[in-house]
Amino acid sequence: MSRATDKIYAGRRRTNAVTMGLSLAATAFGLGWLVLILGTLLWEGFSGLSLRVFTEMTPPPGASGGLLNAIMGSLVLTFLAVLIGTPIGILAGTYMAEYGRHSQLSSIVRFINDILLSAPSIVIGLFIYEVMVYPMGHFSGWAGAVALSVIVIPVVVRTTEDMLMLVPDTLREAAASIGLPRSLMIIRIAYRAAKAGMITGVLLAVARISGETAPLLFTALNNQFWSTNMNAPVASLPVVIFQFALSPYKDWQALAWTGALIITLAVLALSITARALSSSRKQS
Amino acid sequence: MQSAGRRKVADLALQGGAIGSGVAAERSRALSKLKLGDSAFRHLTRAAAVFVLLLLSGVILSLVIGSWPALVKFGAGFLVSERWNPVTENFGALAPIYGTVVTSLIAMLIAVPVGLMIAMFLTELCPQWLRRPIGIAIELLAGIPSIIYGIWGLFVFAPFLQETLQPFLISTLGEVPGIAPMFAGPPYGIGVLTAGLILAIMVLPFVTSISRDVFEAVPPVLKEAAYGVGCTTWEVVRYVVLPYTRVGVIGGVMLGLGRALGETMAVTFVIGNAHKVSASLIAPGTTISATIANEFTEAVGDIYTSSLILLGLILFVITFIVLSFARYLLMRIERRIG
Repeated sequence: MSRATDKIYAGRRRTNAVTMGLSLAATAFGLGWLVLILGTLLWEGFSGLSLRVFTEMTPPPGASGGLLNAIMGSLVLTFLAVLIGTPIGILAGTYMAEYGRHSQLSSIVRFINDILLSAPSIVIGLFIYEVMVYPMGHFSGWAGAVALSVIVIPVVVRTTEDMLMLVPDTLREAAASIGLPRSLMIIRIAYRAAKAGMITGVLLAVARISGETAPLLFTALNNQFWSTNMNAPVASLPVVIFQFALSPYKDWQALAWTGALIITLAVLALSITARALSSSRKQS
Repeated sequence: MQSAGRRKVADLALQGGAIGSGVAAERSRALSKLKLGDSAFRHLTRAAAVFVLLLLSGVILSLVIGSWPALVKFGAGFLVSERWNPVTENFGALAPIYGTVVTSLIAMLIAVPVGLMIAMFLTELCPQWLRRPIGIAIELLAGIPSIIYGIWGLFVFAPFLQETLQPFLISTLGEVPGIAPMFAGPPYGIGVLTAGLILAIMVLPFVTSISRDVFEAVPPVLKEAAYGVGCTTWEVVRYVVLPYTRVGVIGGVMLGLGRALGETMAVTFVIGNAHKVSASLIAPGTTISATIANEFTEAVGDIYTSSLILLGLILFVITFIVLSFARYLLMRIERRIG
C-alpha cells in the first residue's frame, strides 16, 4: 500500500479512537453525577435519620423535631391523587386502544396527552389555583391532591394505551366469538392480559408525583402541624424540604436532607419495582 | 358485581337452546341489559378521553382568565419590559424570559453532545452485559425528583463552583476582550451559569435515553453494510446512524428542551431570584418558573398575582410550541419504524 493511503488509514483510526474515548468519558461523566448526587444524599440524609424523624412533627426554627406530618401529608395527597387520576386515565386509555384506535379523537387525545405529560408542573399548580383555591378562597389539601392527579392522568393514559395495544387481537376475537359483549371483553380479557403493565403505569405515576413540589406550593401550601383536614392546608415532604433547605437554620437544613433521602429512596424503590414488573411480563 | 355478571353470561349460554316464551323474554331482557351496560361503558371511556382534551383547554382558559388584568394593563409591553416592581405594581417579563432561555441554552449545549456520546457508547461500544445496567442507571437518574437536584445544587454544587470554576472563569475568560462581560462580577456561587449546569445534569438522562432508543431503531443491515465496506465505528455513527435518526434525535432534544424550560425546583434553589437582565453568566438572575415559585404565595394585589399568572401563560405557550414540535418529529420517526 502507498504511503498516502497509510496516512488516511492512520487518520481515520485516530479519529475513531478519539471519538470512542470521548464517548467513554461522556458515559463516565454522566454516571459520575449519579454517584455524586446519591452519595451526598446518602451521607447527609443518613446522618440526620433517626426514629424521631418518623414520630415527631416539623419543628419551629431552632428546635429539634421530625417530619411526621409532612410524610403523612405526602402519603395522603399521593393516595388521593392516584385515586382520582387512575380511573380517568385508564378509561381514556381504554377508549384510545379499544374503541377509537384509528379515530380522529384518539389521535388528538394522544397528542394532547403527550403535551400534558411533559407540561411544566408549576403551570398545573397555577391552573388548580385558578379553578379551586381562588374560588374556594383558601388553600386546601384537596386542591393539592387534584393538582397531583392532573399529573397522574397523562402517565396512566399513556401506559394503559400502550399496554392494551400489546394485547393480541386473537384474544379479543376469541372473546367476541363466544358472544361476550365488548365491554366485558375489555374488562375480563384485555385488562387481565395487560394487568402487569397497567400496574407499572400507576407505580410510575406515583413515583412521578411523590417528588413533585411545584404544583403543591400554592395549592396544598404547607402546615406546621398535624392535620387530617383536607379542606385546610396540608404539609407535604417536598414543600417542607423546599422551605427548610432555603432557611438559615441548621436543624431545618438537616431535616431537609433527611426528607430528600426519604423521597429519593421511595422513588427509586417504586421505579425499580415498576421495572421488575414490566420485565417479568416481557419474559413470560 | 363482576361475578354476578359472569353468572348471567353463563345462564345465557346454557339457555340458548331452550324454547319457550318465558325463557325468551327473560333472555331478551338480559341481553338488552348487557347492551345497555356495553354502550354505557363505551360512552364512559369516550367521556374520559374527551376529559383529557378538556383538561388542556381548561389549563389554557384558566391561565388566560387569571392573567387578564395584567394583559389589559401591560399589553405586549409586558414581554419587553425589565421592570419588576411590586410596590408600584409595574411588571415586565423580560428578565424571567431571558433567564429561562439562557439557562435552557446552557443546559442543552452541554447535555446534547454528552447525551449523544453516551447513546453512541451504549449502542455501539458497550459490551452487551454492561448495556442494561448502565441504561437502567441513566433512567434512574431521570426519575430522581427535581427538588433533589435543587437541594444538592444549593448545598454542594454552588459552593463548589464558587470556589473553583467561577474564579477560574473570571480570571481567564473574564480577561478576554469581547466575551469579558459574560464573566464579570464576583463569584456568588448561585446564578445563571449554576442553574444552567444543574439543568444540564437533569436533562442529560432524557436526551440520552431517547437518543439510545432511536439509535437502536436503526436497521442492523444498514450498519452491517457500512462496517462491511470498512467503516470505523465513528464513521458508522456519523454517516449512517446519525443521518438515519436525525429527526428522532432532534425530537428527543426538543423534548429535553421542554423539560429544561419548565423546570422549577432545580432552578429556584440556585438562580438567585434577581429581576435583571445581566450579560454576566455568573450573576444571579431569575426564570419564569422560579419567579412564580418564589413570589406567588406572597403576591398581594390583583395585578401582582395576575402578572405572575401571565408569566405562567407565557411559559406554557413556549413549552407547548417546543413540545408539539418534538412530538411531531418523534411521531414521524415512529411511523417510519412502523
